[in-house]
Amino acid sequence: MSTDYSDILSRLCFHLKQFSSPDVVIVPETDLINELAIDSVKLLNLVMEIEDEFDISVPLNALADVQTVHDLANLIHHIKSAK
Amino acid sequence: MSLLDKLDAVAAARKALLPEGLDVFGMPIEEVYSATEARVGDRRILFLGTNNYLGLTFAPECLQAAHEALDREGTGTTGSRMANGSYSGHRALEREFADFYQCHSGIVFTTGYQANLAMISGLAGAGDVVLIDGDSHASIYDGCRLSGAEIIRFRHNDVADMEKRLRRLGERSQSTLIVAEGIYSMLGDQAPLAEIVRIKNAYNSILLLDEAHSLGVLGKTGQGLVEETGLIDGVDFITGTFSKSLGSIGGYCVSNHPQLDQLRYISRPYIFTASPSPATIASTRAALKLLRDGTELRRQLWQNSRQLYARLDALGYQLGPQPGPVIANILDSPQQALMLWKGLLDHGIYVNLILPPAAPEGKALVRCSVSAAHTSEQMDYVGNVFAELRESIFQ
Ligand SMILES: Cc1ncc(COP(=O)(O)O)c(C=O)c1O
Repeated sequence: MSTDYSDILSRLCFHLKQFSSPDVVIVPETDLINELAIDSVKLLNLVMEIEDEFDISVPLNALADVQTVHDLANLIHHIKSAK
Repeated sequence: MSLLDKLDAVAAARKALLPEGLDVFGMPIEEVYSATEARVGDRRILFLGTNNYLGLTFAPECLQAAHEALDREGTGTTGSRMANGSYSGHRALEREFADFYQCHSGIVFTTGYQANLAMISGLAGAGDVVLIDGDSHASIYDGCRLSGAEIIRFRHNDVADMEKRLRRLGERSQSTLIVAEGIYSMLGDQAPLAEIVRIKNAYNSILLLDEAHSLGVLGKTGQGLVEETGLIDGVDFITGTFSKSLGSIGGYCVSNHPQLDQLRYISRPYIFTASPSPATIASTRAALKLLRDGTELRRQLWQNSRQLYARLDALGYQLGPQPGPVIANILDSPQQALMLWKGLLDHGIYVNLILPPAAPEGKALVRCSVSAAHTSEQMDYVGNVFAELRESIFQ
């Protein structure tokens, strides 16, 4: 499985599409909370889906610094590369 | 945003959701008549949202024990368990809990919330992992945060999901604390304990089970899910609270691991708070005896629970998956939940309202808690009111 950042980003965006209305364009700078309306509970559930999608463990503690789609993709990339 | 502006935003969000002039959170109780009835404003209400599962808050044995301790030892200990706050009653209650579970030792905490904080943060730390059920109580989440360990959630009561996450941890599963609840506070369902124990053994993890809502409710002598399933030896640490079936306030942990005792020296929520008052300890000791011998109370509690669950189910309300004293009505929107809650209150019935983000999966809950002290007639009355409200809620 590729651990390439751009591949992770595109898979993540595909995933986030399910959380947002069809007319929202998701780019790396998109803010998860303010633009995609992913509240704290949705974010917790999203983490479980990401863990399954990328077969990794994402500790909730690591979310403190995550605000944008890029931050999240970066975190996933970081965890995957460390494996 | 300034610190105070943030609170103004909280107020605005609440105002948008809740009707003016209705104290949904923090209903002022003026007078308490019994374990099941009280006065709110000028009206008599039926409590159907307390956690008084065995109805022991007015048990004469508990009242008398509390009165005597109050006169003998004063209103408070004014000190930590670690300093001047370990009276003979505190130590006796610890022995009685250990004896009740036939465990090596027990520790008493000031609340159940602190018991979870103390145990989770005392067991796990930076570099360790806590693996928790997604529907865990706030005290479990907060204990995890306090611990500094990595927090991983699994899907509620889904053991395959739990195992998948343990597997991903590789060797780290050996420094993983798994946390589950005997009966879940949100939906009232029970943990699949046999499977959880099997998996935690296979991965050499440690298991903590919070029996907050199952103490006094499940098992022949009321130990909780560990007794109901005969799996006490598979659970490393059991926590629980005095604030539900024991009718007072406080928390406990019991274990067969002799290391439990070391928590007294490192666990901040144990050390940096005053110990429970003598009267609290005394009434809890009396209540624990009643709970242990409470076969008849449990029979009554389960009869009431099954009666109400079956009635609401037949009426078409969407309920939690398993009958029990916590009966959660799952509503699609906060507005619907609020309407049901208000309708019940207008008929003199007090239940708990749980709105997002506190409710799981973004739903809203109207949660009933049944007591052994309720009568079958009261359950009938509640059922009738739910029947009457159904039309307007689901129109
Ligand atoms: C599952 C669970 N654990 C712990 C607690 C905390 O108990 P206490 O009221 O003693 O702080 C509660 C109470 O709400 C609970 O529901």
